Parts: sequence; C-alpha cells; structure tokens
Amino acid sequence: MAKEFIKGNEAVVKGAILAGCQSFYGYPITPASEIAEAAAKFFPSVGRVFLQAESEIAAIQMTYGAAAAGERTMTASSSPGVSLKQEGISYAASSELPVVLVDIMRAGPGLGSIAPEQSDYNQIVKGGGHGNYKLIVLAPNSAQEMCNLTMLAFELADKYRAVACVLADGYIGQMMEPVEYPEPVEMKIDKSSWALHATKETRKNLINSIYLEPAELEAHNQNLQNKFAEIEKNEIRFDEYRTDDAEYIGVAYGIMSRIMRSVVDTAREKGIKLGLVRPISLFPFPKAKLRSYRENIKGYFVTELSNGQMVDDVRLAVGELKPVRLYTRMGGYVPSIEEVFEGFEKAFIK
Amino acid sequence: MANKILKKSDSFYAVYDRKPGEDKMNTHYCPGCGHGNIHKYVAEAIDELGIQDRTIIVSPVGCSVFIYYYFDLGNIQVAHGRAPAVATALKRAHPHAIVISYQGDGDLAAIGGNNIIQAANRGEQITVVFVNNAIYGMTGGQVAPTTLVGMKSSTTPRGRAIENEGYPMKVSELIAALTAPVYVERTALWDTSSRNKAKRSIKKALKAQMEGKGFTFCEIMSPCPSGWKLTPAQSLEWMKENMGAYYKVGVLRDEIKTREPIIKEKKTVTSKEIQEVLGTDIKPSEHYPTNPEDRYKNPSMKFAGFGGQGVLSLGTMLANAAMEQGFNSSWIPSYGPEMRGGTAYCFVNISDKEIGSPTVSNPDLLVAFNRPSLEKFEGDVKPGGIIMYDSTIIDVQPTRDDVEILAVPATGIAESLGNIRCANTVMAGVYLAKTKIMAKEALIQTLPKAIKKKHLIDLNIHALEKGFEFIENN
Repeated sequence: MAKEFIKGNEAVVKGAILAGCQSFYGYPITPASEIAEAAAKFFPSVGRVFLQAESEIAAIQMTYGAAAAGERTMTASSSPGVSLKQEGISYAASSELPVVLVDIMRAGPGLGSIAPEQSDYNQIVKGGGHGNYKLIVLAPNSAQEMCNLTMLAFELADKYRAVACVLADGYIGQMMEPVEYPEPVEMKIDKSSWALHATKETRKNLINSIYLEPAELEAHNQNLQNKFAEIEKNEIRFDEYRTDDAEYIGVAYGIMSRIMRSVVDTAREKGIKLGLVRPISLFPFPKAKLRSYRENIKGYFVTELSNGQMVDDVRLAVGELKPVRLYTRMGGYVPSIEEVFEGFEKAFIK
Repeated sequence: MANKILKKSDSFYAVYDRKPGEDKMNTHYCPGCGHGNIHKYVAEAIDELGIQDRTIIVSPVGCSVFIYYYFDLGNIQVAHGRAPAVATALKRAHPHAIVISYQGDGDLAAIGGNNIIQAANRGEQITVVFVNNAIYGMTGGQVAPTTLVGMKSSTTPRGRAIENEGYPMKVSELIAALTAPVYVERTALWDTSSRNKAKRSIKKALKAQMEGKGFTFCEIMSPCPSGWKLTPAQSLEWMKENMGAYYKVGVLRDEIKTREPIIKEKKTVTSKEIQEVLGTDIKPSEHYPTNPEDRYKNPSMKFAGFGGQGVLSLGTMLANAAMEQGFNSSWIPSYGPEMRGGTAYCFVNISDKEIGSPTVSNPDLLVAFNRPSLEKFEGDVKPGGIIMYDSTIIDVQPTRDDVEILAVPATGIAESLGNIRCANTVMAGVYLAKTKIMAKEALIQTLPKAIKKKHLIDLNIHALEKGFEFIENN
C-alpha cells in the first residue's frame, strides 16, 4: 500500500477518523494546533462534529459529554492546555468514559516556550488530576505511530472504558514522514448498557462520579484499581533495538528514542554494546522487560527532555542492582546524537 | 384535573432507589427549598410533551447535584460550572435528544460563567434551567455573583459590599444581550401566579428545543430558607420584596415564533467516502530506479535560507519523492529556539534503512540560499559532502576544501524562467543530476503534491530541467 508524506499532527486526525472518532473538541495551542486545524478540515466533511471550544476546560468537558453519549471522541492540546484539562480528565476517569486525549508536549513550566520537551510525563502518566486513577498512555515516535497509536488509543479507551492519552513531543508532532493508512474501522461496540443515547433503552443509565458513602467510594476506587491492574497485565508495549548482546540498555521514548537509536549505532561503531528499549506504553510501563536485563548488563542509560521524570519509573522497575544514569535536556533544547553519546560516555565509560 | 394532582409525574422515579439512607420517598432538599417545585415543573413539562425517553438532564454541582435520584431520565452528573459544555456535546452527539442543563447561581454565574455565555452565544439547542437563590446553598451559604447588596452570607459576614464584591449579576440580561438565544425569561416562586409562570416558561423552552429553535434559558428565583436563615414563609416574602425589586420578572427575549429552526441530522458516510475525503487510499507511484554512487546514498541534508525562498518546500519535495521511490524519509523544520537568527531551515533524511534521529549535526548536503546560512552552516558539512549555494544571491565563496562545492545561480535561472520562486526546484534538479539518487521523472511525479498552485507545475518542471541542464553543461 502506498504512503502519504504527512506531519505527525495531521496523521493523528486521519487516524482518529479512520478509527471512527465521531467528534473533536479542541482549543488552539502551539505546537498542537495542526491537529485542531486538520480536524476542522476533515471532521465535518465526513459527517462528524468539530467544535473549537471556549477553553481547554470546556473542550475536555465536551468530550465528557460526547463520550457519555456513546461516541468515540477526542481532544488535543499541549502542556499548559493539558494542565487546564486535568479536572475534566479526573472526572472522565472516574465516570469511566472512553475519552482520547492527545498531548503534544512543549517546554515549561508556566508559559515556557513552544519548543519540545517531555516534561508532561508526570502529569500524564501519574494521573495528573485529583484522585486515584491512571490514563492509558501511548508514546509514538514517528508520524506512522501518530496515526496507529491514535487508532489504538480509541480501541483501548473503549475496551477499558478509560481515558487514553497519546503523549508526543513537539518534534514528533511537527515532523513529516511517510504514513501508510489502515482501512477505516467499523464501530460495532454496543454501549447501550451504560451510555446515554436519548432512548427508552438507555433512559435508566447514569453517568456520575459522586459517591458520598465512604464504603461506596472505596469500592468504586477499588474497581478502578482492578481495571488499571488489568491494563498493566494486558497492554504493555515496547520496542527493542540491538539489545540481544547489549552491555548497556538505553531507555527513551518519543523524539529521544529516535535520537537514541542513532546513538546506539554510533556506540556500536565504536565497539560499545549499547542497546535501546523504547517504552511505547508509558502506562502500563514495561517494568518486567527492563528488569529482565539487569543481571547481564553494566547499567541503564535513560534520556529524556525533562528534569528526569520517566527515570523514576525505570528505577522503580530495575531496583539498585545496576546503576541507572540519566541524560536530560530542558527548555526546548533537543540534543544532537553527538551530545547524547558524549553524555553516555560520561555516565559509563569515562 | 383531580387525577393529575394526585399522580406523581412519570418523569420521576416512583421510589428514589439511588438516594442513600432509609427514606426513598422524599427528596434531600431542606423544607421550603424551591428545587422541589422546579423539579416538578420540569417533570410535568416532560410528561406533557411526551419526551421522557429522549430527554437527558445534566446535574450540576450544588444542591441539585443529586437530581439523578429523582428524574427518570437519562442522567449525567458533571463538574462544577461545566454543564453547558457537557450539554453541548450531548446534543451534538444526539440531535434528537432534549437536553436540559439544570444549574444553580454559583455553578452557572460564577465558576461556569464563561461556559454558559459561550453555549448561549453558539445558540446550542439546549434548555438551561437556572435556579437563582442568590447564594451558594450546598457549601453552606457563601456569597454568589447573584447575592444582593448588603446581604449577609458566610463569606460576606458584614453583608455584600459593592466595593468588594461589586453589584449582583443579572444573568438573564447578559444572556439576552447575545444574538443567538431564542428565548430568555426570568420567573419566580414567590406565589401561585408566579409559580404558574415558571412552569409555563419551562414547558415553552422545552417545546422550542423540540422544534429546533435554538438556545432557551429559564431563570427562576427560588427560595433558600436554610441559606437565608429564614422560615419558608418568611423566605417567600423576603424573596418577593428584595430579589423581586432587583431582578425583574418577565420575558427578556422571545423569538420562538419568528426564528427559523435549525435541524441537525447525523449523516452516515461510507468507508469509501471517508478514504476519499482523507486521501488515505493512495495509488502506488511509478518507480524510476537509479544507480547512484555509494557516497551519495542515504543522504542527510540541510536546506537553509530566508523565509519565502522555498527552503522548507524544497525539503518536503525531495522527501516526498524519496518516499514514493520506496525510501524512508523524514522532514523536520527549524523549530523552537533554533529558529532564532533570521534563517529558516529544515532537515531531510533519505535512507534505505530505518531513520533514527531526524536531525543531523553533520549533513552530507547543505543547500544555502543566503549568505548567513552558508556562513553559519558551512563548517557542519561532513568531509566529502556537498555544499550547494545560490550564487546569484550569495557573494562569497565557501572556504571548505574537503567537500564538493557547487555554485548554482539558481535565482538567476529561475528569473530567466519568469519566476524567482522556482529557484528551489532548480536546486533540486541540480542535486538529482549531480548525485542520481532519484530520477528526474520521480520528482516530476511528486510536483503536484508539493506545489499547491496548479498553474505553477509546468514552470517547476522547466526549473527542474534547467537544473539538470546545469550539470550537463558544467
């Protein structure tokens, strides 16, 4: 099948429509705006809803309404906008509404800049809003995955009645690459047992997140935790590169995983056995996979565009048997292959 | 008539099973609260209009957060102030639904102020029942935007002061100032006659929603004896005398009869139509194999110049053509802090292997369209690589002696073709002719995708050919 050369942000929208997404509610923010713009172009042309909301807060609440109505629905934003959405994400997680969120991370804190960072890891992977919940988090590293993982996000959101987030950085959103499209998905999921279709059959249904009795709310929380445990059991995704004989394991996602792939090649040319594990799902995190190397390697080399957020999960996964060392950049700076390799050498070789 | 008085509305549950505790027959509201009346009017209107199955009611945050205990309707409980946003999406998902956003004054006028104004301004086809009791009831009687001047609350213990809290907000007047709403009325619950008007108002709004007329808004002044620290009877008197003096009852907008309905229907689109609209069913391209020397294979490239010189589109053109010829390719523009300095640039990778980093510190090819780009990036080019520069524009020469250097008067050639904006395509031609990494035909095939203005395609084909001629003649 032939491919289209397309921006990651636009591939998200085409993937969403192919996945049967019925509505898009968004708000403009760089570097995610191409998503809203492409949605505005394509959604109405295929009989679906596009609305630019009055705020990030309203946009996520609109997806709450659309998901409650039984639709596949989505919103997209970038870091400061996602901070604003956290209230709505918490409500959707509690009401078990399948909402898809795309976060094209930019540099923070505060207004920061429009350049890429990966500093939303904590606010997305750890829940972010109030209460005990998790999102399903998928981290693409190519335009192709922007399409495919958006489609997967819809599937998993429906499968678990959970909020699923496609977590990418500004580089992955802005980069153009070839994309091969799957066939459109036929939506055949019957949500009439819980969703509001404005029919006699669904009149009995209630979407809510308030439980005043502690016992009831504890049971609700426990049900949510059971669901997240189920997700951890079933939905771990990762990719490996040159790990078979590796003495060092690199760990990176998003744009840093692309740079690390080149760093692995550089190291190998110099006779250093570096390999790469790329978590594709950040929740659930590929803990067991990372741990599986620890007897046979000299250490883990984690790279991310933040103050070191994913590294906490790596450390929890692998323990203290082998060193876990970190190379990070912040402020919108994307390091070169050479800089990261130098960081690796400083961490382990020199 | 007698029959009706004795019968509980069908739109209420017979027994309130969702309500915790022993008492499943009575509501959780305080004695003398207005919510009971308003619930009854809503339920009766739904019964009378025969819309129970298709009505969805949105519970706000406030005393009415639990309306799903009582209404036998599709129920959804939402975050504080956000009911109009949620209702917006419910209605757009199900245009046949009757959607009611039931909100109090703290929820609607304070935290949800923007949401209600914007939903009204979009003319969402929903009905808002706005219960105004001039106070936050649920949280224990704090000041609301609607609290009267001088009125004491738990957060205005000295009374609402205009110099601290400003004046009470007349929400219906705000809504009626917008163009889109079709019906806005303020009613009250202080006597039988006013209550009848409140009920009629709700029914009228729901009927207008059924007809697709637009946004309908029913403000109802309602007593809160607990919050006001009055008896139920005193509350009614106080409400009429004080709230009634400031918030005038009456119709602020009624264009139901004259407004054209907007009927929204969901349309179904076939998979084939979706693929056509998205352009995802892509026809394979012709392959034009070439045989480049090894040193030219799998190039990483940097294209740099001023904005408007076609730097970015030269990159996408080559990357797109490479994809069609079966290569992996990537394109990333200068982005973020790198954009500083007046030079736009992009990186392109073309490879028969999977591409790692899309950015490159040491490219195999630099194409510079202005002097700052040449001077800034010349030193980065890999030894044995290529530097191409626009010699019409750049009046200096590269200083490197370990790379191939091509001085191409691209802008001059483009000018001779009548349009300097095809200088980038001239460069593409020179590069392909020099390296043979792709055939001329491969790029011609791609041009319609890279060039949006169709009348410029022939010009760019000429430009490409001129680029090839440049290599043949030099």
